[in-house]
Amino acid sequence: MAKKNETKVLVDKKGKRIDGRGVNDIRPLKIEAGVIPNADGSASLEWGQNKVIVSVYGPKECLPKHTQNPYKAVIKCNYRMATFSVPDRKNPRPARREIEISKVSGEALEKAIFVERFPGTEIDIDIEIIDSNAGTRVAGLVAAAVALADAGIPMKDLVAGVGVGKADGHLLVDLNKDEEDADDAVDIPLAILPNSEELVLLQMDGLLTRKEWDKALKMGIEASKKVYEVQKEALKKKYENVKVKEVAK
Amino acid sequence: MTSIDILSELKSNKVAAEIKAGRRLDGRKMDEYRKITIENNISDNADGSARVRLGDTDVMSGVKMIVGEPYPDSPDKGSISVGVELLPLASRYFETGPPREAAIELSRVVDRGIRESKTLDFKDLCLVEGEKVLVAFIDGYTINHAGNLFDACSIAAMSALLEARIPKIEDNKIIHGEYEGKLKIKRKPVLNTFAKIGSTVIADPSIDEENAMDARFSVSTTEDDYMCAFQKGGPGSFTGEEISTAIDTAFKNSKNIRKLFK
Repeated sequence: MAKKNETKVLVDKKGKRIDGRGVNDIRPLKIEAGVIPNADGSASLEWGQNKVIVSVYGPKECLPKHTQNPYKAVIKCNYRMATFSVPDRKNPRPARREIEISKVSGEALEKAIFVERFPGTEIDIDIEIIDSNAGTRVAGLVAAAVALADAGIPMKDLVAGVGVGKADGHLLVDLNKDEEDADDAVDIPLAILPNSEELVLLQMDGLLTRKEWDKALKMGIEASKKVYEVQKEALKKKYENVKVKEVAK
Repeated sequence: MTSIDILSELKSNKVAAEIKAGRRLDGRKMDEYRKITIENNISDNADGSARVRLGDTDVMSGVKMIVGEPYPDSPDKGSISVGVELLPLASRYFETGPPREAAIELSRVVDRGIRESKTLDFKDLCLVEGEKVLVAFIDGYTINHAGNLFDACSIAAMSALLEARIPKIEDNKIIHGEYEGKLKIKRKPVLNTFAKIGSTVIADPSIDEENAMDARFSVSTTEDDYMCAFQKGGPGSFTGEEISTAIDTAFKNSKNIRKLFK
């Protein structure tokens, strides 16, 4: 994670970042719902260089049986990176990082789902990272929320999120790899239920003050709401051409 | 653990009801820790070690340094590795075998809470640039799980690290039993874990409180007013305000916990 980047100026005097964005701008984001015919729900997402594809299967019988919960659906979330999705080939074995991300992502999504309506079942969410440049866990989570909605699973809200953080002394939204590798980098992946602004995913590493956090949270919520709009558009787009057959009178 | 244990479920309901009424089963205030004791030097073969009790939670941690090779992108830096193993010793629900997601999350949060405070200058661990560096393994084990392993393991890891001596090295080999001074520690980060039960956030959850919690939040704080790691876990959520209050409590409690370090 820690690479040297001391010589690079990451934010210029006008507040412009090396890829031309302002501090509050997210990278170009595209989401498409319903991309895997076999899946109950699916989505693909491109966010800057990040590329993700997500499938949702379920609710279905929860197996093995001892993993069932008699009160609610069990969310089984798997975040994985393709071996070619990073600069050096990734070992195909699930890394500890991927297992941790799978856990916190599944927990974040669970809050949005009416899991109590489907006791004894499981909902499988598979997040595959195809290409990466910082921020893949929130990219995966954002795509997964769309895939869940696409599967018609009853939800309280979507889950929208973004990575916020600090690089080169500036608080930034949606850090790219160069920014994430800065010497003073702080990385705060967060996700919310956009309507209530409740935090469902929150992680951080790097040195951050209390004041910086207050500001970063505001920036993160604001950016997440932009992401939310893109998610809703993706879902609307999939269903805009659905024609209701007229029933003969 | 998704299978339902009827007794712990009944207890969870009781815990939640009491918390709602403003009480904790063990009589603590919402922001109050259980008693913490740190015992140092529990293993002579370890380069540094500690055993920590947090109420009935009991964990230990030991440091071993080895000579290794640096990462290609940081040829002049050694490294640390912080891990925790959930020994079956500590709970009827822990099993032997490869670590599962709960153990992996715990290990990684304890690791981040220390690593990201930049408490060690990894350049201090360099022996021969580009060839040989010291790698400090800080390995934790659970002895009794009575809740809040996150904070207990973090305190144990930090205590062991504070004790750690640098082994004597000749021809890039460690001479066992001989030492050349201690590791230079710049900060003493303290991890603070909170549980949200209903709409109440409490510090240092006991095992019964953990079984009843909707969500968990951990923040690592330093003595110079930085936070260096967050982790939210569990299927529930936190409001921004709840996180803010938790952070304030964490800074306050960390000061007292830090005094216990040697």
